[in-house]
Amino acid sequence: MNLTRRGALLSAAAAAAATSLAACATSGGGNDEGAGKGDVSAENPLGVPADAGLEVVVFKGGYGDQYAIDAGTRLKEKHPKVAIDHKGIQGVGEVLQPRFVADSPPDVVDNSGAGRLDLATLVASGKLKDLSELLDAPAVDDPGKKVRDTLLPGVIEDGTFDGKPLVLNYSSVLWGVWYSKTLFDRHGWTFPKTWDEMLTLNDEIRKAGLAPWTWQGKYPEYLNDPLLSMAAKAGGFDLVKAVDNLDSGAWQSPAMLAAAEAIHQLAVRGHILPGSEGLSHTEAQNAWCKGQVAFIPCGSWLEGEQQKVTPAGFDMVMAPVPALTGSDKLADGAVMAASSESYLVPAKAKNPQGGLEFLRFLFSKQVARGFVESAKALPVVAGATDGLTLTSGLGSVAEAAKAAGPNMFSYKFRTWYAPLSKAVDDATGELATKRINPQQWAERVQKAADAVAKDSSVVKHKR
Amino acid sequence: MRHGKYRFLVGALIVPLALYGVFVLSPYVQAFQLSLTNWNGVDSAPEFIGLENFSRLWSDPLFLAGLRHNGLMLLVVPLAVIAVALALAAATKGTRVYRVVYFFPQLLSVAIIAVLWQFVYTPNSGLLNGALSALGLDSWRRSWLAEPDLALWCVIVVMIWSSVGFYVVLFSAAMESVPEDITEAAAIDGAGPVTVFRRITLPLIWESVQVGWIYLGIAALDGFALVQIMTVGPGGPDNSTEVMGLGLYRSAFNFAKFGYASAMGVTIFFLTLSIAVLLLRVTRRERVELA
Repeated sequence: MNLTRRGALLSAAAAAAATSLAACATSGGGNDEGAGKGDVSAENPLGVPADAGLEVVVFKGGYGDQYAIDAGTRLKEKHPKVAIDHKGIQGVGEVLQPRFVADSPPDVVDNSGAGRLDLATLVASGKLKDLSELLDAPAVDDPGKKVRDTLLPGVIEDGTFDGKPLVLNYSSVLWGVWYSKTLFDRHGWTFPKTWDEMLTLNDEIRKAGLAPWTWQGKYPEYLNDPLLSMAAKAGGFDLVKAVDNLDSGAWQSPAMLAAAEAIHQLAVRGHILPGSEGLSHTEAQNAWCKGQVAFIPCGSWLEGEQQKVTPAGFDMVMAPVPALTGSDKLADGAVMAASSESYLVPAKAKNPQGGLEFLRFLFSKQVARGFVESAKALPVVAGATDGLTLTSGLGSVAEAAKAAGPNMFSYKFRTWYAPLSKAVDDATGELATKRINPQQWAERVQKAADAVAKDSSVVKHKR
Repeated sequence: MRHGKYRFLVGALIVPLALYGVFVLSPYVQAFQLSLTNWNGVDSAPEFIGLENFSRLWSDPLFLAGLRHNGLMLLVVPLAVIAVALALAAATKGTRVYRVVYFFPQLLSVAIIAVLWQFVYTPNSGLLNGALSALGLDSWRRSWLAEPDLALWCVIVVMIWSSVGFYVVLFSAAMESVPEDITEAAAIDGAGPVTVFRRITLPLIWESVQVGWIYLGIAALDGFALVQIMTVGPGGPDNSTEVMGLGLYRSAFNFAKFGYASAMGVTIFFLTLSIAVLLLRVTRRERVELA
């Protein structure tokens, strides 16, 4: 073989370049052996190895990350030798995407915030650990109970994909219509029970010189929530399921059409603050806080978000969206609810048992109470707010949750099929500006749903 | 001696070349490679699917809308910017203050420009509607960015506003290098200012204008940052301001279709390249050597 030194060097350089190019965004990393499982006992039901490391990555957004630090502190009391590496960050997706690709993820992740990773994709790629073991473990505060029995209804289902619980959300979010109690008391208005009453009250509000409604027009999804809530109330859980399962004609069902008609009426009757369709969420919400508008649709985070601009004595209250008809399938207080702050344990975590144990402490009553106080939001742990004095908004949200009981519903298509949710947003924006009518709205959205159903590149889910 | 020189050159260049290779070339190569897969962003072993992503592009209404809107920008933005910049450069010859003022937008980042203009366009407390009311033109008030027929034009105006300043400075500098005696001679021969500009100044600064065409052509195929920050949706209302870059971003980061997004990236790459070559060809003229 005629191999000169230069030739050898050149081919080595070429090979190095080729591998470094090939070692691209998708190549896997090493398969390090994990910490495995320690001895299982009543004291250590999940078998956490005594002296393994535990890396926790938490989204540090509106809710802060103090509650997760608390959970770590409490875990440390039980397992003093576990070394916890807590990271409170933003842009979870950017930081963790390469680590999921390389299969060297942290042990617990709070996959939340604007830059989060797409959950459906993580699920489809088998990147998440089944949390059943945690759910069947005894609860921290009450070892007689399983963890699954200490959570609010719907929470486990929210994070269940094709029968497997893979994600547990921490903060419970309800969607409704917000108003200022002070303003309503002053005018002698009461929150309407049905949509017809809403439209009548709107006329009265307009006579008082206020705009009845505004919405966060720049992000049309805010107006989807009342629309879809009314559809669910009128059509019942069957309609919600049909929509999520991409059943043909679900978007053109009578209940959905009636809900679209209800929202359209706001625009037709001039009940919406002019210009709302061009307002950002901040602009619309501030107009409402200034008392220029009576109602605004939003999730339960509104009070916290508006904290700095809400005048004293405003007393904001969230009410579930009124019933669409007199004969809705769901009971009166039914409310759209979901949970956020998605905690998960990666399938390839080095210390998966430690990850599960961290979540066991995180979902304990004591840590959850701390969350109520530091984050001003409702955790999904049942009874976490008992005995605490809540602010006006948070109190109304807690009350709505209690009143609804089992009548909480949530649509999954937003997490399952992002392209469909964009199509709904676009259509609702057009509906609220009267550029399309309810029939056209339903037709457009149904077409988008059918397209997703037919698209072989989209992983389908069923509920 | 000679040997030593090469050793020095190689030693000096190896670090920058390696950095260029890792951070510029390899992402390009990877984008080409990923565009042939169905990568979802977290999968360690994406499937090779050939040219499927590219064939999907041509039936994707969002991508086609983006293509249409970028096409419109390509027709409007370079022409408008060059026309306005030439006019301003000619009109402010010799007055440096104006040029500094025109250059201001260039100093702001795109994100700030987008946020500022969002405040200009906002319906109820915006500068634009406020000014119209002050002039007694209440009927002209609009939800500028929320009307499908207006939104894209609002974005185009911002694009033009934010790039004019740079070209005013570029063209002014070029105009200063045009010898006075030529323009004076033409004036003595009876040429009016318009003729002088068309027959003398413009041909002599053509190379700068050509550079402008190409830069602006490339910029018109982008527009992502302005659309993402300013518009309803973003990309709305009802996709009326969709641009290709936004579609790419959405496919990757909202829809988790990184393979498909890479295919868009590759397509945009070739589009930009062809437009640049085309503009170079079309705007080629005989070069005038100034003595």
